[in-house]
This record gives sequence, C-alpha cells and structure tokens, in this order.
Amino acid sequence: MNTMAVDQENKRNKIHPQKFAVWLACGSITMMFTALVSSYIVRQASGNWLEFRLPGIFLLSTITILASSAALHGSYIAYGRGKEGLYKSLLLLALLLGFGFVISQYEGWLALQSIGVPLKTNPSGDFVYAISGLHAAHVLGGIVALTIASIRAFSLPFKVTARRKLRQELTLTYWHFVDLLWVYLFFFLTLYS
Amino acid sequence: MAHVENNPMSEEDILIKEQGYDDHFHDHHHGDKYQSNFITTYIFSQDHKIIARQFLITGIFWAIIGGLMSLIFRLQLGFPEENMAWLRPVLGRWITLNDAGVGSIAPEFYYAMVTMHGTIIVFFVLTAGLSGTFSNLLIPLQVGARDMASPFLNMLSYWFFFLAGVVMFISLFLSTGPFSGGWTAYPPLSALPQASTGSGAGMTLWLVSLVLFVVSVLLGGINYVTTVLNLRTKGMTMWRMPLTIWAFFVTAILGILSFPVLASGFFLLVFDRGLGTSFFLNEIFIGGQALDHVGGSPILYQHMFWFLGHPEVYIIILPAMGIVSEVLSVHARKPIFGYKAMVYSILAIAFLSFIVWAHHMFMSGVNPFISNFFVVFTLIIAVPSAVKVFNWIATLYGGNIRFTSASLFGIGFVSMFISGGLTGIFLGNSALDIQLHDTYFVVAHFHIVMGIAAFFGMFAGVYNWFPKMFGRFMNETLGRIHFWGTVVGAYAIFWPMHYLGMAGVPRRYYKFDVFESFGQFSQMNKFITVAAIFVFALQILFVINFFYSIWKGKKMTTKNPWGASTLEWTTPIHTGHGNWEGNIPSVHRWPYDYGKDGKEFISQIQPLAEGEKDAGDH
Ligand code: HEM
Ligand SMILES: [Cu+2]
Repeated sequence: MNTMAVDQENKRNKIHPQKFAVWLACGSITMMFTALVSSYIVRQASGNWLEFRLPGIFLLSTITILASSAALHGSYIAYGRGKEGLYKSLLLLALLLGFGFVISQYEGWLALQSIGVPLKTNPSGDFVYAISGLHAAHVLGGIVALTIASIRAFSLPFKVTARRKLRQELTLTYWHFVDLLWVYLFFFLTLYS
Repeated sequence: MAHVENNPMSEEDILIKEQGYDDHFHDHHHGDKYQSNFITTYIFSQDHKIIARQFLITGIFWAIIGGLMSLIFRLQLGFPEENMAWLRPVLGRWITLNDAGVGSIAPEFYYAMVTMHGTIIVFFVLTAGLSGTFSNLLIPLQVGARDMASPFLNMLSYWFFFLAGVVMFISLFLSTGPFSGGWTAYPPLSALPQASTGSGAGMTLWLVSLVLFVVSVLLGGINYVTTVLNLRTKGMTMWRMPLTIWAFFVTAILGILSFPVLASGFFLLVFDRGLGTSFFLNEIFIGGQALDHVGGSPILYQHMFWFLGHPEVYIIILPAMGIVSEVLSVHARKPIFGYKAMVYSILAIAFLSFIVWAHHMFMSGVNPFISNFFVVFTLIIAVPSAVKVFNWIATLYGGNIRFTSASLFGIGFVSMFISGGLTGIFLGNSALDIQLHDTYFVVAHFHIVMGIAAFFGMFAGVYNWFPKMFGRFMNETLGRIHFWGTVVGAYAIFWPMHYLGMAGVPRRYYKFDVFESFGQFSQMNKFITVAAIFVFALQILFVINFFYSIWKGKKMTTKNPWGASTLEWTTPIHTGHGNWEGNIPSVHRWPYDYGKDGKEFISQIQPLAEGEKDAGDH
C-alpha cells in the first residue's frame, strides 16, 4: 500500500496540536479575566464606589507592550526570511520592552498611591491593583518564554527549521494575547471608572 | 499478502495491518526514551495508561479518607450522647473528655470533617479520580492515538494533583485543624484568618491545595480537548466517537472555562486574607470588635464560586454518563438508543450549566426578579437530562442484558440519577427553596444525583475496563455483592434525609438538642449512621477485590472479553507504549454496531460491506 497517500489522508488536523493547546490556554486565561471584570461591574453597581482617573502612566505601559508585540512579530518574520541580525535584535527589543511594561505598571501602582488611592482605600482601586497585578503575572510568564527564546537564539547556531519556527509561533501567540488582553483591560478600566 | 495463511494473526490484526495507518511510530525507539527504568515507567511516566492508573489509585486513597471522615461526623449525628473516648487513640485531642471521662467529638473538628469530606470527594475523588482516570485511559485508546497530544503536560497534570493532595493531607495534621467553613469556602470564614480555628493555616493550605488542583485540571483538560480534536485516527469522525469520548471532551471544555473563574475568586480571597482589602467583606464584628473591612460583598464570592460550582457538578456527572452509556450498550448487546440525541443533550446540559448557578443562592438575598431567570433555566436542564434517562432505559429495553458488575452499576446509576434529578426540580423552584434550602433535603438531593450516581458510574467503568488496565478480571461475585449492598445501603442513607429536610432540619449542625421538634428524628439519624457504616464496609470489600485482582485476578485470555466494538479492545492484552504494535487501526463505522446483520457485534475497524450504510450516518 502506498503509505504516502495514507499519510496525507490522515492529516486531518489543519492546526498543529501545540498551537491549538496554546489557544485553549488563552481561552482559559480569558475566562479568568472575564470573571474579574464581571465582578468589577457587579460590585460597582452596588454603590460606595470611589471614582478616580487612571494615572497617565498606564497609557505609557499600553504603548510599550504594543511596541513589544510589534517587535516580536517583526523578529518572527525576519527569522522566516533568514535575516539573522534583524531577528536577534528585534527579539531582544521585544524582551526589553516586556521588562519596560512591567516596570511601567509598577510605576502606575506608585502613581495610584500618590493620587490618594493606595490599596485598601476602596474596592474601586483594589480592583485595579488586582486586575493589573494578575495580568502582570501573566506577562512575567511571557517574559520567561522570551528569555528562553533569546538564550536559544544567541547560543544555538542560526538555522531556519520548522520546529524552531513553531516554538516561536507559540511564544508569539501568547505574547500577542497578553498584549491584547492588556489593551482591553486598559480601555475597560479607563472607561468604567 | 500471501503469507497470511500460515500466520497466527487474528482477523482483526490483519485488518489493522492492511487497512491501518503507518505513522512510523515504531521506527524510533520511544520505548527506550520514555520507559527505560522503573521510575520513568511507573512513577514519572508519560504513558497515558499508567497516568490513568495513578489517578485511579490516588482517587481510591482519597475516597477512603473522605469516607472515613463522613463516618466520624455521622457518629456524632447518630449517637451524639455516646462516649467517643475510644476514638482518642486515633483522633487525639479532637475528642474532648468531660469530668466523668466521657469523650465527645470537638465541634470544630466536626466542622472540619464535614468540610474536608466535601472538598476531598468533590475535587479529588469525583473530579480527578473519575475524569482523570477515564479520560486518560480511554481518550487515546478510543480515538485511535498513540498517546495524548502532550504526554509531558499530562504527566504534570497528575503531579500537580498529587501535590494538591499532599498539601491538603498536611493540613489535616495542623494543631488548629484543617479548614472548617464548608467545601464552598464562603467568606467571611474563609477570608478572615481569625474567624475560626480552621480559618488560619488550615484555610491557607486549603487555598494552596486547590490552586494546585486547578492547574492540574487545566493541564489535563487542554490536553484532552487537543487530543480529541487533533489526534483521531483515520475515519474517526466526530460522529463516530463513542459517547465516552464525547462526554470527556465536553467535560474538559467545561473545566477549561469554569475553573479559571474559581481561580479568580481565590485570587481576590487571597487579597482579602493577606493584604487586608475588602472585596468580600463588609462590617464584620469578631469578639465584639468591629473590623475595618467595609464595602465588600460576600455575595460576590458566591457568584464566583457557583459559576464554577454548578458546571463542576456536571464535570463530575458527564464522564459518569458517558461511561454508563457505553457500558449499558455493550452489556445490553444493543446499540445505544438515540446516539445523536445523547450527544446533543450532553452539549445542551453543558451550555445550560453555565447559566443556572444562582439557584444555589436563592436564599442569599439575590434579587427575586433575577432569581426567576435562574428558576427557568434550572428547570430547562431537566429536559436534556430526561432525554438521556429515556435513552438509557430504551437501550436496556428488550436487550439481551448481561448482568455483570459493570452493567449492574450502570443500571444503578440510572436509578440514582432519576431519584436525585427529581428532587432537583423541587429545589429549582425558588419558592420551595425557602423551606428546603440548607436542609437535609439538599444533602439528599446532591448525594443521590451526584455523589452516589458518579460513584456508580466510576464503579461501572472500573469493572468494565479493569481487564484493559491490568490484564485481569475483578471477582464477579464480590462485585455483585458490592453492587447490591451499596445500592440498598445508599438509598437507606439518603432516602430518609428527604424527610428530615422537609421537616426543616438544617444541614451542617453539630447537635440538635436545643430544637425540641427535631428530637423525634434521633432514631432516624441512628439508622442513617448504621447504614453509612455498612456501605463503607462494602467499599472496603471493593478495594480488597481491586487490589487482589491486580495480582491474583482471573487472567484475560482474549483481547475483547466483552465483545465490544470500540478501538481499545483491538490493542494487545498487555498494551505497551504506543498502544498498537504495528499500524494504527482505521475506523469505518460508528461505535454501536451491536446485533446488526445477525452478528453480535461489529468492530469499528471492520470496513463497511458492499452497499452497507454506516448506522451512525443518519
Ligand atoms: C434535574 C436537574 C437538577 C436540578 C433542577 C437541580 C437543582 C438544584 C438546586 C436548586 C440546588 C440548590 C438547593 C439549595 O441549596 O437550596 C441544588 C443543589 C445541588 N445540586 Fe442540583 N439540580 C439538578 C441536578 C444536579 C446534578 C446532576 C448534580 C450533580 C451531578 C447536582 C448537584 C448538586 C449539588 C452538589 C448541590 C448542593 C451544593 C451545596 O450546597 O453544597 N444537581 N440543585
Ligand atoms: Cu447547581
């Protein structure tokens, strides 16, 4: 029997299982934040809610993480085209901007304190700390992945393989996800304060 | 294929060889990489069949612990005046002695036992022990895959569960005792370390344990869904999947969507406990002292908990339903009645389970207007449930039923599910719930419909797939004694509780001596306790049968002892890593061809005859 033919027939999966698993994980994380956002809305509706403006520094965070996502995307494309230098430098840039985002979020929490909304003032502020804190934890997970990717990029000899491309795509998917998640949370927290 | 005649291959092996699909699995020596020594074979194994057994045996361990706990609090409820000093050697100072030397169970300990019993049985036994075991065992075998999509994550899933268990186990030995505020862990008892003895270190460990558990469920669930969607063998369309696989698949999706919400609830709880925020706390006095927590809402926690909590009860029951569908069909020697209706009702139940959670909160002060919606959705869930019950009965009807231990437990499941489902309809009415909420009626409802029914589904599965797991059979006589004793005993425990509940006896109370009107139930409570001891003893019989049979049971001599048509029975008796020795079989028909065309059963790997139509295709 012609095994090649069977081989093709069996390839029902249009998407690689690992990519699919990452998507599922993103869906799961989305549910986590949906829960927090819903409790925010429910809690807000029941009154005794301190209103304040989200400090401007959070906008800076948003721009930083968007830039980081773009850089990582560029790095991925450069890798596919075999441009080693560009690939490595954009990867590093994405990682640095990732760190920048976390630092900027930290500055944001300090700014919240200085405008008179430290933790325990009112659930309205506490929710901002909780939501952005949990999000930052997920970004840290992404930073670990980017760090590993960078170490591999600089220690292994450069070669374009399907296996490595897949790894990068997994990281990229997750990184875009936490990025978009933050953009959503940012708009939500700004508009619903 | 001229050499076939002088080859001892069975007809099935030839089919797999000729029709199957060569994925070049055996070209590389996976076996050496993954199973080179004792540790990688039996402990840190990445083989789904070993992981399934690990889940099962860990689940049995926890079932014994959780069961023993229930005996302790049943002793208190049945014999509140009795001298319990004889328990002191085991329970130490949790048995307090009065001046006359008469011992009694400390109230805090009673609450701790009720709480731990619930947590352990719901999460460790009926979630991990049930869906962990059978999803792992059956998904790759029944869809025709070598293993899970990610064997490594699968292994992690077990070890996170194991760690969760270790942490919970440690909490049992704290000097302040484990958490004691109920398995739902409502604030303020769960949010304020000073609220009760179990609220301090006990609650901290409870939280750590459950967070680890959530990680385990998510890793497992992501793997199960990915495997079902991506690794099915050639010909295994979704509509040719056995109902077990449908059930595990939908269960995993429920878990992926609902457990993260619980994690968020826990996350806010940690803020309240550790950082002094007030998400769930408002105007609380402890020991006459007002706390500075204001502005929070304990109801918010209840919403977050039950948004998981209700899907969770279906996470428990759906796998049992899948197992029972399969077992009943195989042992009635008939196709499952209404295969597609079964699938659609699984999907409908799964969807509805997300929009009924507030029926647990009718009496928590939710807006009665909003309650109405939840009443309606709750009652609608009875429809797909009834469809399933009808189909099981129709499957049995006129069947050539083999009353094995497995099929008896399957039938017992149906009985329990009917009895418990009916009381759900009472509870789903928010007006009736005013009387019934937090009484023994609720306890009776969920133990019958979930506790006992899910255990029965699990037993049906264990008796049925034991040969696949261990290459031997469990003892049938002991199995039938186990069934008949348990079914009678379980009704004896929970049936009377309905009367207690209708009379208004509240659940979770330590003693009723200050309520004169409940004094009349003391005999009934004694009876229940005695029945509980009897049922527990029978489960020990099961455990003995289980372990004895692993080493000494009757050996399996043919590959397919039940004459089932699904793929797991086409693997060798001692199924190695990778499941099939040569090619992966390809699938040509749905999984329920029993009694068709004068044949007792037709395996899924049999090609359709000329002009034959796949019975699943309409
Ligand atoms: C016919 C469908 C069902 C209906 C209408 C229904 C309805 C209800 C209602 C209204 C309650 C809340 C009672 C109260 O606290 O006052 C309840 C409790 C409960 N139900 Fe059901 N139920 C159904 C089926 C099930 C199934 C299939 C399971 C599990 C497999 C289940 C498990 C539970 C549990 C665990 C509780 C109590 C949780 C607790 O308070 O500790 N129910 N049910
Ligand atoms: Cu419910």
